[in-house]
Amino acid sequence: MPLLLSYSLRNLQERKLTNFLTATGMALVVFVYAAVLMLDSGLKQTLVATGEDTNIILVRRSAEVEIQSMIDRRQARIIESQPEIMIGAEGAPLISKEVAVLISQQRRKSRQASNLLIRGVGPAALAVRPQVRIAEGRMFRQGSNEIVIGRALAGRFEDVEIGSSLRFAQRDWRIVGRFDAGGSGFDSEIWGDSEQLMQSFRRDFFSSITVRLADRSGFDALKARLEADPRLTIEAKRERTFYEEQSRLLSGFIQMLGLTLSGMFSLGAVIGATITMYAAVASRMMEVGVLRALGFRRSRILIAFLVEALLLALIGWAVAILLASLMTQVKITTLNWTSLSELAFRFVLTPGIVLRSLVFALIMGFLGGFLPAVRAARMKIVDALRVA
Amino acid sequence: MTVVHISEARTGEDVLIALSDVSKSYRRGAQIVPVLAKLTFDIRRKEFLALMGPSGSGKSTMLNLIAGIDSPDKGSIRVGGEDITLLPEAELADWRAANVGFIFQFYNLMPVLTALENVELPLTLTSLGRRERRDRAQLALSLVGLSDRVKHLPSELSGGQQQRVAIARAIVTDPTVLVADEPTGDLDRQSAKEVLEIMQRLNRDMGKTIVMVTHDHRAAAHAKRIMSLEKGDLSYLVEQRLE
Repeated sequence: MPLLLSYSLRNLQERKLTNFLTATGMALVVFVYAAVLMLDSGLKQTLVATGEDTNIILVRRSAEVEIQSMIDRRQARIIESQPEIMIGAEGAPLISKEVAVLISQQRRKSRQASNLLIRGVGPAALAVRPQVRIAEGRMFRQGSNEIVIGRALAGRFEDVEIGSSLRFAQRDWRIVGRFDAGGSGFDSEIWGDSEQLMQSFRRDFFSSITVRLADRSGFDALKARLEADPRLTIEAKRERTFYEEQSRLLSGFIQMLGLTLSGMFSLGAVIGATITMYAAVASRMMEVGVLRALGFRRSRILIAFLVEALLLALIGWAVAILLASLMTQVKITTLNWTSLSELAFRFVLTPGIVLRSLVFALIMGFLGGFLPAVRAARMKIVDALRVA
Repeated sequence: MTVVHISEARTGEDVLIALSDVSKSYRRGAQIVPVLAKLTFDIRRKEFLALMGPSGSGKSTMLNLIAGIDSPDKGSIRVGGEDITLLPEAELADWRAANVGFIFQFYNLMPVLTALENVELPLTLTSLGRRERRDRAQLALSLVGLSDRVKHLPSELSGGQQQRVAIARAIVTDPTVLVADEPTGDLDRQSAKEVLEIMQRLNRDMGKTIVMVTHDHRAAAHAKRIMSLEKGDLSYLVEQRLE
């Protein structure tokens, strides 16, 4: 290790308490920053994972969410007959005509009501979405009042467990299975037979239609044809794009709130680091004078003190990332502001977040250390030596 | 001991440091306090010069100017033929690294570095590799009799030992001139004697040019020449030859 770096490092060890407090302050700010990014990343990952790249979702033109959308049976038949749609093992096109309805259900812990999304799906729903599999119990039978629940719902709502019944739309619905949708948004939904659900909710239209393409490159041609068809008032989007768009509102809010908070906190941490570094410079004026007298240029002194501030930031960052990694075990449930249904997701720590947090910490360290380092570098040698 | 007037000392033979019409003043509030006024004198190569004078006479200022850590208001300071007052800040730093070794009154060692690392510090400014730096630092410490204290922190050494480490740090780059500001001012008599003997040895055996500021006549007696400053004037030169 270069001697000057080792000198900076050892000086950090000299003022343990001050440096510990400064690094802790930085760690907390970096932790808040990382946690916000992790929250946002978890939300996006959950919603993006909901969409499959080879799937297309069709909703009524300008409907942003499925509950705003209506597609009648005549339009559904036209869509069903498109050649780009993959044909399943049973010879039928892989298409799921779906209805999405929100119901209010009481949460088990808080006893407060929250929105649950009931999705009526077609017989090919599992073939259209291979990421969804039955994890416990069995799939509902077509034409019955059976439903299956997403794994994120289990235990969170009253009566939402295998074997019990839910009452909505003037009927009792028996829960026969629990599905695992790989951490996607479907995990927070309840699925049943679309025709049964439409009847119960007295609807004669679907909310959306999801189709699986035989070849993902067929999207542009299919989209162009469907959107140009005067009989149809629909819009085609890749399923992934559709769900990405659903994350924007909440994601934007999380980012704005979180980054504003971390921005304000970071101001405090930078001031803390500045005070610490000013104290370090003041207590080492003699050393600065000696180093300059020995021939160390101003730039080297500047770097030495900046390195010290950056090392403090680095320690803060390491602690923050350690704490943040523990957050990956925490599951969050919140209302998706776009779909208005409850969504469960986890804090997700990605290499990008680790890197961004590092840059954030180093910027704080740099800002905190810059003015004291400049002061040290600009000090007149004779004045600095006089302190001794 | 012979007392001669300053004009008699300018022989021009083998001059290492030449000060010409050097003036220096400090600002104290609104007041400008002159410290050195049109000072002209030479220091010969391999000389061991003691600068004496009362407090505020300007002897430390003169030492700082010779060492290139302060700059005069007027005049030139030539060291080895090079006018250091014309050097830009960064080049002056490089010049100091190559040409000046410092010995301070309070040793001024880096408290977090070991004796060996303190001595090695100036060598980090050279192109030497780590192993060679360590070897040279070891050698410098052995020259001051501290081979067995290389891993000690300054706080684990006595004042005399710390000053010896400082001397090792000053000579490790083999500088042109050693400047010492009250090198024995913080030491007991025995340690002061040891330090001065080392400095004498460096001058006598290794030909090091030494400029030392001191209040102590006993310390000055170790030098080859003594100069007295009175209110910024080198009024008298006291030349003393060692037997």
